[in-house]
Amino acid sequence: MHKIKITLNNEKRLVDIEPHEILLDVLREKLGVKSPKCGCDRGDCGSCSVLLNGKSVRSCLILAVEVDGQEIVTVEGISKDGLSKVQESMIDNNAFQCGFCAPGVIISATELLNNNPHPTREEIKEALSGNLCRCTGYLPILEAVENATKEGNNE
Amino acid sequence: MSDLKFVGKPIVRIDGKEKVSGATHFTDDLEYGSNLLYTALVESTEAHALIKHIDISEAQRFPGVIAVFTGKDFPYKFGLYMKDRYIFAMDRVRFVGEQIAAVVSRDKRIAERAAKLVKVEYEALPALLDQMEALKKDATLIHLDLGDYIHVPWFFPQAKTNIAHWRKTRRGDIKKGFAEADYILEDTYSVPRYSHCPIETHAAVGLCDLSGRLTVWASSQSPHTQRNLFAEALAPLGFTHKDIRVIAPPIGGGFGGKAGVSMEILAAAMATKLRGNPVQVIWSREREFYNTSQRLGVIAKLKIGAKKDGTFTAIDHRLYWDAGASAEYGANVVNAIGLSATGPYRFPIIFIDSVCLYTNLPPCGAYRGFGYSEFMFGLESHIDRIAAYLKLDPVAIRKKNAIKEGDILAYGVPMNPSGLHKAIEAVEKEIEWGKKVKSDDPHKAIGKGFSLIWKAPAMPPNASSAAFVKFSEDGSLNILVSGMDMGQGFLTVMAQIAAEILTVPVSKIRTENPDTDRNPYEWQTVASHVTWSCGNAVKNAAINARDQIFEVIERACVLPKEQLYLEDEKVKCKTKPDFELPLKDFVINGIQAKDGTFRGGPILGKGIFMPEFTSAYSDPETSQGGHPNVHYTVGAAAIILEVDKDTGKMHVKKAVEAIDAGKAINPDLVKGQITGGLLQGLSTVLYEDIRYDDKGKLLNPNFTDYKIPTAKDIPDEIVPIIIEVPQPDGPFGARGVGEHTMIPAAPMIANALQDALEIRVKTMPITQEKVALTYLKNKEK
Ligand code: FES
Ligand code: FES
Repeated sequence: MHKIKITLNNEKRLVDIEPHEILLDVLREKLGVKSPKCGCDRGDCGSCSVLLNGKSVRSCLILAVEVDGQEIVTVEGISKDGLSKVQESMIDNNAFQCGFCAPGVIISATELLNNNPHPTREEIKEALSGNLCRCTGYLPILEAVENATKEGNNE
Repeated sequence: MSDLKFVGKPIVRIDGKEKVSGATHFTDDLEYGSNLLYTALVESTEAHALIKHIDISEAQRFPGVIAVFTGKDFPYKFGLYMKDRYIFAMDRVRFVGEQIAAVVSRDKRIAERAAKLVKVEYEALPALLDQMEALKKDATLIHLDLGDYIHVPWFFPQAKTNIAHWRKTRRGDIKKGFAEADYILEDTYSVPRYSHCPIETHAAVGLCDLSGRLTVWASSQSPHTQRNLFAEALAPLGFTHKDIRVIAPPIGGGFGGKAGVSMEILAAAMATKLRGNPVQVIWSREREFYNTSQRLGVIAKLKIGAKKDGTFTAIDHRLYWDAGASAEYGANVVNAIGLSATGPYRFPIIFIDSVCLYTNLPPCGAYRGFGYSEFMFGLESHIDRIAAYLKLDPVAIRKKNAIKEGDILAYGVPMNPSGLHKAIEAVEKEIEWGKKVKSDDPHKAIGKGFSLIWKAPAMPPNASSAAFVKFSEDGSLNILVSGMDMGQGFLTVMAQIAAEILTVPVSKIRTENPDTDRNPYEWQTVASHVTWSCGNAVKNAAINARDQIFEVIERACVLPKEQLYLEDEKVKCKTKPDFELPLKDFVINGIQAKDGTFRGGPILGKGIFMPEFTSAYSDPETSQGGHPNVHYTVGAAAIILEVDKDTGKMHVKKAVEAIDAGKAINPDLVKGQITGGLLQGLSTVLYEDIRYDDKGKLLNPNFTDYKIPTAKDIPDEIVPIIIEVPQPDGPFGARGVGEHTMIPAAPMIANALQDALEIRVKTMPITQEKVALTYLKNKEK
């Protein structure tokens, strides 16, 4: 057992882990954060995406020991003080159907807009190309991200 | 109906906030407590073999293992339309991946390690990996006791063969039909299997408490059907319907793959022997690929006769379906197509054979489109080819033959009202049909492709829906239904329907996914029928609540109920303009009379809907005499496709799809279905390419090797068009559209390639490589 210390959604957390444990499992099963989903377990689908020190990563590909001392933000963290522009825009643009991919999409879009507040459609496509969605046909997602950038920066 | 307030409006989804905030908890997100048990499966490595011996002793001894189950523990059959499946394989295995045993532990990794210690001894049997092989007279039998299987009365399995069902539809003298033709085209088209790929894999948790109550949480399109099938399968253990409860949390996509019962029965069955412990079964992505139902593959032999002017004289359509190792659901796909393989066309003379064959590949079942995408690939390709031969325009020939209201369908019933011709015209205009588009790049060619759309819900004749609506003290509403919102927006649409009748705004309505204990009956969320069927039930429930409201006002306020109406959440009276009673003042607590007593009480509406006109009984040799389908939804679609002549790479520049929704209860959601369904369809033509080795093992069970599109692979532009020719028995005229949206994708690509490069691809998928090679071969000729 290892004890690791992380900042999860702005809160300091201590958690006991085995060295082989995957970040996605630790988040879901030991830390009670359920928005990162497992869609493939091998880095293909993006539904397990979380922000690690502000960078979008696939939590199914990361060992929990690797994140000791670092900062993780999930969709729960983004939603705590009300929805972000991206989230609002996703609702308005019908940018999800089943919604299983939505947390991963929101993480990728958040990272993008944090670094590039006014991306082109091609840049949005590029940023979201690691998030598989089987329901929406992506167009409404692209529109949602685009619209989220319209009235100033995303916060 | 122009003064509708909620129906027909692009109201945002009622589950929006939950879905984007991470609050939506899918089956695997729920907490089942520290008693949760994990399972690991032992699966067949053989496509077809006798099980000589299973040795579980080492696995049982492994520290931390709680139980190991095999077929002996549950020798029960199950199946929706045909009981041809065991919970675990019994004496034989029929596909690679079939579950043979399960190891249960409190620790996931222990279960997985112990599962590797289970030893299975096989005696290999010849494996049938191709439906045409399975059809042969002397083929090895996959189900020896097929003749004894319990099945629905409209299936015709043939004992001592691999034919699980054979649907024959006949009208007129087929020889005469072709004799009248000036041109006859005969060819074969093939479509392989496909995988549904919902991003949420299958998950189920069963808990049998110490009183013997069995609860199953499942990512499911069919909570009530599951309860029914669990009760039937587990009856030998003493379970009845009242002992079983299925809770359906929100589902992360289904597309037909989560219809009926598949792996969920493992969680249910194992829980009965591990009382007091929730037992979790969850499919990894790999297992999702090879141990859940897939889309059936088909080889379609098609012959159409036409007159010089393009009028069709006859169709002979023989479809041979690969249903895999179990046909319990897939045979109904075959049945549906046997009744509908004319497509949306008028054929005076019809000969259809739709044959469901067992093979030693994973079982197949429902998949968005329910067989229509598969046969329409051949049919719509064929029509373009006939048009070319007759020197007719592909759209003109479609217009000439496209079915109209009142035309007699293949099985002898008149066609429902339809906006098919309007849809064709709308698409023709939007895509600028007839106007050639040229690429500036000499390496690229651009073509246009057209296709019609049609599909009927395939359901048992007594498939029904039910609903309750109940008020809260503030006049807000809960709707209780058992349809599933799997992303299509069902819950929102139901709220809009209730809102329209009761004048309560959608923002004050809550609708949740069901629990079979609490929610009234729904057959299943399949067949694109819930908007229509459950929509009717909700409408009836709302009308029932309204009647109760008027009745109590009549008693309490002495106003004739005929004069009462609802507006803005208030009861008003036509003859007394100053009368106005807000719903919230009485829908729970009733109305107080002068003497202090009360009239009324909680308002609780109930509604049901069953289409009482359908019947599955017909002549098995001709399919005439019954009324199997409730109605068809139709439409048209076209694309502009750009192809790189050197590499075969294709890019859809524009896609237009028009669907006759009857009435779009929520136009935004209908458009969402069109965008999503069309891409799913394009995915099956352009990207997804399932591969098995010569031993029946799936070679690409992951998203690295089985490609589905990303945001970079979408058309530049998709134009959804909604046509509204009301369905007379639909709620506000509505019909379902969800599945239809993917149907035209494959033939449109094939037809656009013909237009762009003069090549004809008759086998799916139409990959870049296939296009490049076909083009090259064509050039060399
Ligand atoms: S679960 Fe991590 S990328 Fe799919
Ligand atoms: S909304 Fe279902 S996977 Fe994206």
